[in-house]
Amino acid sequence: MGEVHTDIRESFIETLIDVARNDGRIVVLDSDVSTSTKTHAFAQVFPDRFIELGVAEQSMVGTAAGLATIGFTPFVCCYAVFASCRAYDQVRMSVAQTRLNVKIVGTHGGISVGMDGPTHHAIEDISLMRTLPHFRVISPADEAETRAATAHVAEIDGPCYLRLLRVKVPRIFDEAYEFIPGRGVLLSPGSDITLVATGIMLSRAMGAREILENEGYSIRLINIHTIKPIDIDIILEAAATTKGIVTCEDHSICGGLGSAVAEILARRHPTRVSNVGLKDCFAESATCDALFQKYGLNSEAIAAAARELLH
Amino acid sequence: MNSVVELKNLAKSARKEIIKMISAAGSGHPGGSLSIVEILVYLYFRELNVDPKNPDWEDRDRLVLSKGHGAPALYAVLALKGFFPISELSTLRKTGSRLQGHPDMSLTPGVDMTAGSLGQGLSAANGMAFGLRLRKRRLRVFAIMGDGECQEGQVWEAAMAAGYHTLSNLTVLLDYNKLQLDGPVARIMDLEPLADKWRAFNWEVQEIDGHDFAEVERALEHMKAVEERPHMIIAHTVKGKGVSFMEGNPAWHGRAPNAEQTEQALKEIEGG
Repeated sequence: MGEVHTDIRESFIETLIDVARNDGRIVVLDSDVSTSTKTHAFAQVFPDRFIELGVAEQSMVGTAAGLATIGFTPFVCCYAVFASCRAYDQVRMSVAQTRLNVKIVGTHGGISVGMDGPTHHAIEDISLMRTLPHFRVISPADEAETRAATAHVAEIDGPCYLRLLRVKVPRIFDEAYEFIPGRGVLLSPGSDITLVATGIMLSRAMGAREILENEGYSIRLINIHTIKPIDIDIILEAAATTKGIVTCEDHSICGGLGSAVAEILARRHPTRVSNVGLKDCFAESATCDALFQKYGLNSEAIAAAARELLH
Repeated sequence: MNSVVELKNLAKSARKEIIKMISAAGSGHPGGSLSIVEILVYLYFRELNVDPKNPDWEDRDRLVLSKGHGAPALYAVLALKGFFPISELSTLRKTGSRLQGHPDMSLTPGVDMTAGSLGQGLSAANGMAFGLRLRKRRLRVFAIMGDGECQEGQVWEAAMAAGYHTLSNLTVLLDYNKLQLDGPVARIMDLEPLADKWRAFNWEVQEIDGHDFAEVERALEHMKAVEERPHMIIAHTVKGKGVSFMEGNPAWHGRAPNAEQTEQALKEIEGG
C-alpha cells in the first residue's frame, strides 16, 4: 500500500483558519471536543472568535443561530452523531427554518469512527440533514476535496452540513482538483455497472472497481460530494449508460446517498439499484476495517453487489 | 417618552387586537399572549432602540420571544409600533400571511428570531449577545421566556452559558403566569425555587408584578447597572390577564374564543 492517508479534520481546520484570516465573520463554536474536532487549532489563532459552550450541543446550535443573526458565520463543530441527532430540533427550527448562515460540521461520520461503538457512530446524519429544507449536505472523500468543500461552505450563504471523518483516508485527488458545488465527479466512464460513492466509501469503490475490472467488467465510477442538492444529470446519465447502479456510503442505507439516488431514478429513469451501507442496524465497537468487513462496506462487498446486479 | 397612561392605553389596544386576531384565525394562544402584554408594550415603547421603518437596522436592540406561542401579543405590539399595518393582524395563521402561528424572522418585519419549539430562544439570545459583544456594540438583547418552557433542558444549558460567559447585555423577562398547557406549572413540573435556580446559574434576579409598568421600569433600571451577570426578571403574571373567563384558566392556553366570547372579552378589556 503506497497510498498516502491523511486526516481530513486537519484539512478542514487548516482551510478554515486560512479563510478566517480574511473573513472576520467566521467564528467557531465548540462543545468540549475541540481536540477531537481539531478546532483547538482555530482557538489558538483566533481566541476571541472561538466560543466554548461545554457539553451542550443544543445550546451550541442555538447560540450559532443567534450569532448568525448579527452577521457572523458560525461553524458548529462536533461529532456528527451529536450535531445531527442530539441537536436536531435546534438545527431544524433555529437554522433550517430561519435559513441562517450556520455551518454544521460533523467530524465523526459513519461507522468508520470504529471502536467507540454505536453511540458514537453517525449512521443517520446524512439522512436527517438531507430532509431539512434549505440545507446543503456535503460529504468530501479526501484531503483536497475537504479543503475545497470547506472554502465553499465558508463562502456561500445559508445552512450547510459538512460531514467529515475520524479515520484517515487515502489521498485521491491532487492539487489541481476542481470542486464544483452540486456536481458529481466522473472518475471513470464504464458501461457495465455504475458505482456511486461518497466520503470514505470512494476509496472502497475504487477498490471494487479494480476487482471488477480484473474480472473484465467496465465500471463507471462516480463520486458524489454534494449529496444535497445532488447532481441529477450525472445519475441519469449513468442510468442510461450502464445496467445498474451500486450506491456506497458509510451510513445507513435508509435515507442517505442510496435513497437520494433511488429517488431520482424512481422518478426519472427506473434502474436496478443496490445499496451498500449499514443495513438498517447499529454496528458495534471494532476497528473501521473490521466493521467494514463485517457489515459489508468494503471493496469486496461493493464488487459482490455489482455482480449481483449484472446477473 | 410615552407616559404610563399612554402605555396603559397601548396595552388595552394590544389586548383587543390579540382577542380579535385569535378569534378571526379560529385558533391561537390567548392565555400566554395576554400575560405578556405589559412587558412587550414597555419594551417596545420605552426600552428598545428599534426603528419600525428600518426593521433590519444593524444598531437596534434585539428581542427574542422564546415562548413563541405568545406570537399574537408580539404581532399586536409590533403593529402598534408601526412595523406593519394593524389591518394585517387579521391575516394571522392564514394562507400567505406574514404572521405565522409562531414567530418567523424570515417573514415578519420586527421579528428578530424564529421561535415556537420551546426552550430554544435563550440560546439564540445568547448568540446575539455574544455577537454584539464581539462587534463591540453597546446594544442589548432581550428575551421573553415562558414558565413551562423552563422545563426544557436546553434552557439550563443556555442559562449556564450566559452566566459563565457573563453576558450582561442580555436581559430575560420570564412570564411566570403559573399555568401551562395541561394545568398548573406547580402540578405538572414545579419550577420552584425558580429565582434561586437562576441565581445559582450566576444571574442577577429581580421579581416583579409583570402587569405593573412601574415595576417593569424599576427592574430594568436596576439591571442597567449590573455588568457582571446576565439579567433575569421573573415577572409574576396572570394567564389570560384582562379577560375574566380566561384569567387563571388553563383551558385558554391554546383555544380561540367564539363570537359571543370575543364580544364579551373585548367589552371587558375596554371597560378594564
